[in-house]
Amino acid sequence: MSNRSKVLYIVLLLGALAAPFIGYPIFLMKVLCFALFACAFNLLIGFTGLLSFGHAMFFGGAAYLCAYAAKTWGFTPELAVLFGTVGAAILGYFVGWLAVRRQGIYFAMVSLALSQMIYFICVQAPFTGAEDGLQNVPRGKLFGLFSLADDTTMYYFVLAVFIFGFWLIYRTIHSPFGQVLKSIRENEPRALSLGYDVDKYKLVAFVISAGLAGMAGALKSLSLGLATLTDVSWQMSGEVVLMTLLGGMGTILGPVLGATSIIAMQNYLSSFGSWVTIIMGATFVVCVLAFRRGIVGEIAHRLKK
Amino acid sequence: MMKRKILTVLVAATLFSGAGIAAAQTAAAGKASDDVVKIGVLSDMSGVYADYGGPGAVTAAKMAIEDFGGKMFGKAIEIVSADHQNKADVAKNVTQQWFDRDKVDATFENLNSAVALAVQGLGKEKNKITVITGAASSRITNEDCSPNTGIHYLMDTIALGNVVGKAIVKDGGDSWFFLTADYAFGHSLEKDTGEVVKAAGGKVLGAVRHPLSTSDFSSFLLQAQASKAKIVGLANAGGDTVNSIKAASEFGLTKNQNLAALLMLITDVHAVGLNTAQGLYLTEGWYWDMNPETRAWAKRYEERMKKKPNSNHAAVYSSVLHYLNAVKAAGTDDTAAVLKKMKETPINDMFAKGGKIREDGRMVHDMYLFQVKKPAESKAPWDYYTLKGTVKGEDAFLPLAQSRCPALKK
Repeated sequence: MSNRSKVLYIVLLLGALAAPFIGYPIFLMKVLCFALFACAFNLLIGFTGLLSFGHAMFFGGAAYLCAYAAKTWGFTPELAVLFGTVGAAILGYFVGWLAVRRQGIYFAMVSLALSQMIYFICVQAPFTGAEDGLQNVPRGKLFGLFSLADDTTMYYFVLAVFIFGFWLIYRTIHSPFGQVLKSIRENEPRALSLGYDVDKYKLVAFVISAGLAGMAGALKSLSLGLATLTDVSWQMSGEVVLMTLLGGMGTILGPVLGATSIIAMQNYLSSFGSWVTIIMGATFVVCVLAFRRGIVGEIAHRLKK
Repeated sequence: MMKRKILTVLVAATLFSGAGIAAAQTAAAGKASDDVVKIGVLSDMSGVYADYGGPGAVTAAKMAIEDFGGKMFGKAIEIVSADHQNKADVAKNVTQQWFDRDKVDATFENLNSAVALAVQGLGKEKNKITVITGAASSRITNEDCSPNTGIHYLMDTIALGNVVGKAIVKDGGDSWFFLTADYAFGHSLEKDTGEVVKAAGGKVLGAVRHPLSTSDFSSFLLQAQASKAKIVGLANAGGDTVNSIKAASEFGLTKNQNLAALLMLITDVHAVGLNTAQGLYLTEGWYWDMNPETRAWAKRYEERMKKKPNSNHAAVYSSVLHYLNAVKAAGTDDTAAVLKKMKETPINDMFAKGGKIREDGRMVHDMYLFQVKKPAESKAPWDYYTLKGTVKGEDAFLPLAQSRCPALKK
């Protein structure tokens, strides 16, 4: 890590620690959850070159699992989040096993189709509450000791999990394993001819991404206290693509910034009524036209020049 | 290069104006003190339910504030509104911010049952009054009830099934076939309505399940046609109801059979058109053309919105006015005191006569069965319904004794 980026990360960390005293904790938690979701997605699209159009199934699936475990079985929050994460990773293994054999649009379609299957299971299954969703999920006590009912306390729990997830992604990208992933993204036949079992690498990346997306979903269901069909709908899969592209695909901090801007728009512009979606759409169009690398991608590019 | 610069400036301008507005909002919120009465209206402003609630609901709430006089204890009554985009998490986030930071005393409308449950749960936690009009889930006053903060003002699924079932059988429609959306909501609507039909002396000949948000109803409608039932009950909602009505009209099903929509409002009829919707049975808690009072209110609403209100808009108006009157009578905006007054005072306005808010938060009022007119019978724009029957509130809603509300069980 260069000195400059070290300083940047420290500033960001301090900012995140001070944030609940300035900003609104609920909003910040939501931002962190979606930022983690976008980072997990970015691991696939930005570093492995796989466009999954079904990541909502991991995000929403884990949200349901975690909410159910916390509400019905009385799991403590850390166990509930772990349960959701592991569930999403297992699901990711099976989906990935089927999907990584195909590339490009076929891969996207396979993931979308499987994601829609999960959506319909959530509509039908008795434990999800169908269109009403799982509501009033208790936050519980961390390790059975600290109550997370207070928003600021909950924020620090979410922040800790987020930092863990972010660190994991950072390590993955900068490990030899991450180098292989990047080589697959750049030129798959060459990676194959060098003797790497490409499908296996892709599958592992897919499982990590699915698990972390699940972790984000589980955190979201705990911090907001609900899991609904919105979380598993295909629009959610689209939203995470939007966040990643807006922030900068293939950059480490891009998805965080992308998620922050989209969630901020959804929340702060909600009093404009029907203009929200139009403003979001216009922003996206402008972004694609003006800075194709995304916000962070463009800044990084300028700095390099 | 020039182009790119212009675009960058544009983006920056958009972002800055957004930030400026956000800052302005927070500043405005900071001034509000506890003695100001402030209400929030949360609805779907741009999505599939925007006609159902949306900007019309905000207008209705503003009309209520104006009719009240605009001031409470010498200070102007404030109103905020937001678009929840049909996302429960956006709804929860916005509402919590209203309660925590913006000093909002009560929220209204809250359509979409996932949103309604999330908002009511929050009201319970923060001890703030939440009035739900647009959502129809019976969970709101049963499993997830909140007797000390939550009010369910308009219809629920139990009442819908009750009214449609009872009134249509009375009207001669004694054999039924259901077209049901294949998920929990559709199933419970089919089951509840079927039981009502049987209890009223009718017969249920069968049912067919269709997937959620389907576009091809042909095979399902053929089965409905083959059943020869007099009434085809549509146990679905939103786009599915509209699509099945359109398809039924194309298939000529409506020549020999009548459709009964379990969840549909006049704004949907307007969207489908009389040609297609004629003969359809449906239930609403209010219709603009019922008496001089409703007509007068609808006229004022139409002057602002350029269309007639539906029962949800009328319910928002009525609930806001009832709330404001209760605050005035209680002399405070304290939740417990206001809610007590709201429950004590019967509701007599253009929306309901002798309406009463029960212990579980259920507002009990009369429900009506309507039949959509034939194009030839309709004399003016929005002249759509013929009143076919009235069901008294006590008969329409689930009796308190059968309530599944855990907080009421001693």
